[in-house]
Amino acid sequence: MERSINKRRVISVIVLNESSVLARVTALFAGRGYNIESLTVAPIPNSDMSHITIATNGSAKVMEQITKQLHKLIPVYKVIEHEEMVEKEMVLAKFPIAEHLSDIGALCAAYNGGIVNVGKEMIIAMVADEPQRIKHFIEAAQRYNPCEIVRGGVVAIER
Amino acid sequence: MQMSGAQMVCEAIIAEGVKTVFGYPGGAIMHVYDEIFKQEGFEHILNRHEQASVHAADGYARATGDVGVAMVTSGPGFTNAVTGLATAYMDSIPLVVISGQVPSQLIGTDGFQEIDAVGISRPCTKHNFLVRSLEELPRVLKEAFYIARSGRPGPVLVDIPKDITVDIGEFVYPDSVNIPTYKPTYKGNAKQIEKAVEAMKSAKKPLLYIGGGVVLSNASDLVRELAEKTQIPAVETLMARGVLGAKNPLLLGMLGMHGNYASNMAMSETDLVISLGARFDDRVTGKLSEFAKYADIIHVDIDAANIGKLVDVDFPIVGDVTEVVKAMLPQLDGIDTDRFEAWRNILARYDELHPQSYVDSDEVIKPQWAIERIGQLIGEDAIITSDVGQHQMWAAQHFPFDRPRQWINSGGLGTMGFGFPAALGAKKAFPEKTVINITGDGSILMNMQELVTAAEYKIPVINLILNNHFLGMVRQWQTFFYEKRYSETDLTFQPNWKALAEACGGIGYDVTTKEEFDAAIKDAIAQDKVCFMNVIVNRFEDVLPMVPSGGALFNMMLPQKVDKPKETK
Ligand SMILES: Cc1ncc(C[n+]2csc(CCOP(=O)(O)OP(=O)(O)O)c2C)c(N)n1
Ligand SMILES: [Mg+2]
Repeated sequence: MERSINKRRVISVIVLNESSVLARVTALFAGRGYNIESLTVAPIPNSDMSHITIATNGSAKVMEQITKQLHKLIPVYKVIEHEEMVEKEMVLAKFPIAEHLSDIGALCAAYNGGIVNVGKEMIIAMVADEPQRIKHFIEAAQRYNPCEIVRGGVVAIER
Repeated sequence: MQMSGAQMVCEAIIAEGVKTVFGYPGGAIMHVYDEIFKQEGFEHILNRHEQASVHAADGYARATGDVGVAMVTSGPGFTNAVTGLATAYMDSIPLVVISGQVPSQLIGTDGFQEIDAVGISRPCTKHNFLVRSLEELPRVLKEAFYIARSGRPGPVLVDIPKDITVDIGEFVYPDSVNIPTYKPTYKGNAKQIEKAVEAMKSAKKPLLYIGGGVVLSNASDLVRELAEKTQIPAVETLMARGVLGAKNPLLLGMLGMHGNYASNMAMSETDLVISLGARFDDRVTGKLSEFAKYADIIHVDIDAANIGKLVDVDFPIVGDVTEVVKAMLPQLDGIDTDRFEAWRNILARYDELHPQSYVDSDEVIKPQWAIERIGQLIGEDAIITSDVGQHQMWAAQHFPFDRPRQWINSGGLGTMGFGFPAALGAKKAFPEKTVINITGDGSILMNMQELVTAAEYKIPVINLILNNHFLGMVRQWQTFFYEKRYSETDLTFQPNWKALAEACGGIGYDVTTKEEFDAAIKDAIAQDKVCFMNVIVNRFEDVLPMVPSGGALFNMMLPQKVDKPKETK
């Protein structure tokens, strides 16, 4: 029965840098009815590969299918289903300058970040932390009337 | 050597040993057609619809095991080809389809006859390419053929912008392929194979479950040897007909929705399923929770994603059936075949109780009779293609297939209109064989323009139309499950089949009696011309046995019993 329990899961997909490879990966999720909670992609330094990190949810059985189906795509080199991982997400948030700057600065510091830009009317803050803590940060930030919050999606690396 | 992209396409096709290409020209692919005109390395057949071109290449591939090639232009030429790609994809058939595309600079501008071919075909190809530069064209072509035929085979689309076919550059066709991200697994895991063999030795009621992968892997001889050596009874899927041969005493028949009683009961009662290149399709399993309920499952498949997709597997073996069975055979030396005798006897008894049968008639031709009769008259010498519907199921049930690749049908996608063009492809591959498309009065009209192709190129295939004046398979469901409301399935309005065939350069036969049937078959073979054989059959005949959709395999609607002595195999 364990195999049928839905759970949040993170996978890394190492792919050849080809123009349509991201489309292949996302089309597979859409076509087979799998969820994508977040997706990030960037080239791997000094290689012709890219690293795609996908946060999704599903049962173990569904995850096994996702992994196998991804692996079948010709430009996919490796699929890693993370178990013991370090997971981080970056967030940018914009606050009105009228808010308490030092409080915002302290809040961001508590989540591995700080104020990264100060303009005439707005300040921009950045934090990077575990997804669960990012959720807390976003809740806490509400107090300072953020006008925009942009989440970067998770990246993960196996421990 | 310096040459144009168009020439490179032709050179690659020649280098791959392809003798026949099926296609249809148009603006974006004209440069390639200009080169086709100049070369002599392969023949090009002009079908009268791009869907037919892809099905014909598919029929050629299924009959030979080699890669089939089709060529189409951009936009509507490509979209017409999509059904062909999807058909080949669902049955894992190796194809390379080359499509023209608008010139590179126009891509993304909604140019004339521009359509996103790689986008549309992504879910129905094994892989596809939009060629970006002339430099990569030779490598892309080489990879396309390699990907199509290796691992689990499938169709590959190569979409080539027109300017790239015009440009001139250096051509060296690579002699090997290295795709670091694509390494199919052929050899099965030795430990798993050993365990599977142990399970076979200790089972009481094992069953070989043989799928189309055995045909694709050319493993029929090995699988016959496996059955012979172990004396384990076997069932075949729709795609595997011919693997063991109809005369094989271990073959129970076809299983699934229209499987015979003994096959479906065997699957319901077995304690060990040995699945070879089969994928547990819903038309095979019926209700999953009741499927092979008492069995452990050995699943041999070259596609890891097939394993554990639908049923939980006890002995997963990722690998090519050929390699895996080869590894199994020596380990089965000395297996106690008597062990399974009681089981074989039970199954023989099931077959006696409810054999694959039908009630024949002297008033009207029964479709099952027509198929059996073809088997008697032509048998081994025939290649049978089919369309989709009742006629397809009757052909699968009643034709005595004795070898793999003798039976060519669209199993996974169930594409009406497949049979006639596929027959053209098979006949091009094997001109000396009698190629018969067993079809229906609905399906045949979906690619009837191929009469003209067949007449022009003198490809004499026989279209045996089992004419029930119905979209029969849908009608059967309406009879059983929709209280006989025959919504849009009555085909009483019909063309004049004979005149239609003749108008296109073929011949036609109208057949209503058994005598006329024999005479028409004899004449059709002698005439050596494409024909429509309009055989009027019993209108309300049903395909039986039938497992209602979603029901358990052992809950079959069975045919009426007949008292005729069953001939021994
Ligand atoms: C392209 C396509 N459209 C619709 C169907 C659904 N369908 C399956 S069988 C069938 C009836 C086929 O009629 P016919 O060719 O006369 O064969 P019969 O069942 O009468 O033998 C239909 C409409 C299909 N399989 N393919
Ligand atoms: Mg019909």
